[in-house]
Amino acid sequence: MRSRARSPAALTRSPAHAAQASRKDVRDAVRAARSAFAGWSGATAYNRGQVLYRVAELLEGRRAQFADEVAAAEGLSAARARDAVDAAIDRWVHYAGWTDKFTQVVGTTDPVAGPYFTFSLPEPTGVVGVLAPQDSSLLGLVSVVAPVLATGNTAVVIASQDRPLPAVSLTEVLATSDLPGGVLNLLTGFTGELAPWLAAHRDVNALDLTGAASAARADLRAAAAENVKRVYVPRATDWTAAPGLSRLHAFVETKTVWHPIGI
Amino acid sequence: MSKVFQYAPAPESREIARLKPSYQMFVNGEFRDGSSEPVKTINPADETPLAEVAEAGPKDVDDAIRAARRAYEGHWSKLPAAERGKYLYRIARAIQERARELAVLESLDNGKPIRESRDVDIPLAAAHFFYYAGWADKLDYAGFGPSPRPLGVAGQIIPWNFPLLMAAWKIAPALACGNTVVLKPAETTPLTALVLAEIIAEADLPPGVVNVVTGGPPIGQAIVEHDGVDKIAFTGSTEVGKIIQRTLASRDTKLTLELGGKAANIVFDDAPIDQAVEGIVNGIFFNQGQVCCAGSRLLVQESIAGELVDSLKRRLTTLRVGDPLDKNTDVGAINSAAQLARVRELTESGVEEGAVRWSPPCELPGRGYWFVPTMFTDVSQAHRIAREEIFGPVLSVLTFRTPDEAVLKANNTAYGLSAGVWTEKGSRILAMASRLRAGVVWGNTFNRFDPTAPFGGYKESGFGREGGRHGLEAYLDV
Repeated sequence: MRSRARSPAALTRSPAHAAQASRKDVRDAVRAARSAFAGWSGATAYNRGQVLYRVAELLEGRRAQFADEVAAAEGLSAARARDAVDAAIDRWVHYAGWTDKFTQVVGTTDPVAGPYFTFSLPEPTGVVGVLAPQDSSLLGLVSVVAPVLATGNTAVVIASQDRPLPAVSLTEVLATSDLPGGVLNLLTGFTGELAPWLAAHRDVNALDLTGAASAARADLRAAAAENVKRVYVPRATDWTAAPGLSRLHAFVETKTVWHPIGI
Repeated sequence: MSKVFQYAPAPESREIARLKPSYQMFVNGEFRDGSSEPVKTINPADETPLAEVAEAGPKDVDDAIRAARRAYEGHWSKLPAAERGKYLYRIARAIQERARELAVLESLDNGKPIRESRDVDIPLAAAHFFYYAGWADKLDYAGFGPSPRPLGVAGQIIPWNFPLLMAAWKIAPALACGNTVVLKPAETTPLTALVLAEIIAEADLPPGVVNVVTGGPPIGQAIVEHDGVDKIAFTGSTEVGKIIQRTLASRDTKLTLELGGKAANIVFDDAPIDQAVEGIVNGIFFNQGQVCCAGSRLLVQESIAGELVDSLKRRLTTLRVGDPLDKNTDVGAINSAAQLARVRELTESGVEEGAVRWSPPCELPGRGYWFVPTMFTDVSQAHRIAREEIFGPVLSVLTFRTPDEAVLKANNTAYGLSAGVWTEKGSRILAMASRLRAGVVWGNTFNRFDPTAPFGGYKESGFGREGGRHGLEAYLDV
């Protein structure tokens, strides 16, 4: 089945048909994300940074196309759509630069009172289910996806229900980049239908509720408790503001390692 | 065995270096001649001239520092941080794109094996720019308080052992933090820094943000003595480092120094011998031993000394010394006649003072600056070859019985740049690491470098760190 991608500026005109994902597609996407996790999380931080930076370069190469799509999807003027695309590219670059720095900022060595060398480092949580923001079709999407990938997670993303086209084009960019298959999986369709399956899936480790309707949050959180998913609910969603660290902190575990010191 | 297997020559083409007959220096966004007579830079592998290089005079230094000041105040310090980062990303990408050219050029000008310039120097230089590019808009998170400020104009003086890599170590963090720079490459190895200047020009960096002035020690001195610089970063000998520190005594110019070393590479009796042998060889023969953190003092536990020295001799016999452009070469040429003379002088002192010299049978090229890989046994702590930095392919072997003795001997030096520890016991590596007075300690490895890992010395090996989050501090007003 296909759903129509709507443009609020001209709801009568459909820019394209988007695929409508089902529960089965959610399960397949999770499986793909899980199999990609070992490779992506095991890659060096430098390598992940290089791969993500290359994605930003490719995005820049298709700047005009994205600006058209964002203008159509969000009903923006051409100039504001271009600004949104530029901000999305900058945001991707920003997170590409975090891959090999986040550990240095949040990791510690712990001066324990004994002959041990003890350190605590962030490690990726695993497979992250992301409900992309409904309003900001590219900048918002990039702002939620890039930090998940930068910290070494793999993702299953449900695109903005009514504005999926920039997201689909982003996946075309990713497909021609060096990002390994399965690291990012994007589904289009009805968020309200797909989100419960993602929230309840036992092989998903964390859930970003950014794009969930506020009325649906409680049920999704409850479903997430089934396997103690980490659930992230953003406080503010001004996508043009500096992103801070909260999305980098959201999907990492802290690992503390002890090793004796002694001749 | 050598009668059975012979290596065919596998030289990289020198055409790839795109050598030009002459190179100009880079001041205020323009390439120009220096106010002194140009000098020739030569290929240390065969003593032939490679190109003519502009030679700066004091006026050029003054112009460069003024240009850097104008760029700092007019534009660079006001640019949004993310925009500074983009320039650095662009430089990083361009270094990757011209990596082969830079690698061959580096080997021609420096004498180091192409395998090293190709696999270590150039990729690490690009990685440094990538790493610090990402820091530009993240300085608030670097641990120096909110909105840390740059210093202003940085004067940077770099050595000849890793010409492009040292330029990257200096320029990338300086620009990421919002400073502008005047860089002086070493007089024997200016070429890759000048190609980097081309890359910087092509990346559309505003004029004056990066200036490269070429020349010898007087030009370095002119930079240090100029009251228009807010920061001096120097990598080189401890002797010159002390002169710089004294010169700046009456000013508040921020200073970081990365100086000499006499690293101990400590091998315990439980170490994996084959792995240790590779680490020892890498530690002292990488880059012909012309590395400030080279593992030039091997401290081996007495009970395995004989076995280890025999293994080392076997391994050294397989080292291939020769044409730096040959992809099979392990050890290339010494960078200059002056350096070769120093290596020879110190080596002769080792023999005179009673140490036992050994070198593998090895045919050296007829022309150029060559020195055969050399190992001294029966070395005492009083010998010059155990105390002074040779900066050449010469290993001094000493022994110890207990861990305490190893620590005492390892720390018995004015230097404190690096150390190595080889043992199967992780707890022992950590215990030794905490007792060694050195800025970098490698456990069961040696000579590892990464943009994310800080590097720098204790004691007379200098102060300040380059690389990692710590490396930002050198270029911030904190």
